Amino acid sequence: MVTPLPTARVHITLVSDPLAVRAGLLSLLCMAPLCDLSDDLRGTVELVLAEVLNNIVEHAYAQYDGQIGVTLILERSILRCEVVDHGLPMPANLLPPGQLADCASLPEGGYGWFLIRSLTCGLAYDRKAGRNTLVFQIDAE
Amino acid sequence: MNFSASLQDGILVIQALDDRIDAAGAIQFKDRMRELTQTASDRVVLDLSRVAFVDSSGLGAVVAVLKALAPYRKLELAGLTPTVQKVFRLTRMEQVFTIHDRLPLPLRHAN
Repeated sequence: MVTPLPTARVHITLVSDPLAVRAGLLSLLCMAPLCDLSDDLRGTVELVLAEVLNNIVEHAYAQYDGQIGVTLILERSILRCEVVDHGLPMPANLLPPGQLADCASLPEGGYGWFLIRSLTCGLAYDRKAGRNTLVFQIDAE
Repeated sequence: MNFSASLQDGILVIQALDDRIDAAGAIQFKDRMRELTQTASDRVVLDLSRVAFVDSSGLGAVVAVLKALAPYRKLELAGLTPTVQKVFRLTRMEQVFTIHDRLPLPLRHAN
């Protein structure tokens, strides 16, 4: 029988800057629940969060700076993530499709949402009262 | 971004010494690689064995270097760590780059 990972919750707030994203990710990785996960899973979570947070810095906060809130809850071997910002909404209030371009055309961008969609489930976006909320899950088993 | 570079038997080996190529460092990575690859060589091998993390901006920067070297030279990669390998596999960039498990033996010494 596999012992389930202990329930844990963490919340951090960071400013909309690429260096703050890097520092925020590195501190999250050292805290529960992420510090209890395997190296492989930690790599997956780091990648997904990096893509989500860098998108917010580049697009939602393209015109002004602001705060980003990240909440991670590990419960019954599911990592639930919620990321909140007060930047611009997603275009048409919809998540990008994240289709991978033909690799032979050597695109230098457009990988972010593809990676997020490939590595998460239950992805949902909500825009209310000037607030963007993105939720998703990563299987931590 | 810090690098070491050496030229041996016509192969320019560049090792990335920082442990991440991310959105905060991607432009600097591209600029430094552009400078380092000015050295004439038959082949260019980028040793990523010390890089634990590459995000989509970092991947875009590596692709940009590949494109800048074309058509006369190719960018080869060596020593991908597990999370970096995952990014290249998922985005199918494994099919685009020549990827060596480790730096070819005669070149390991130089770095």
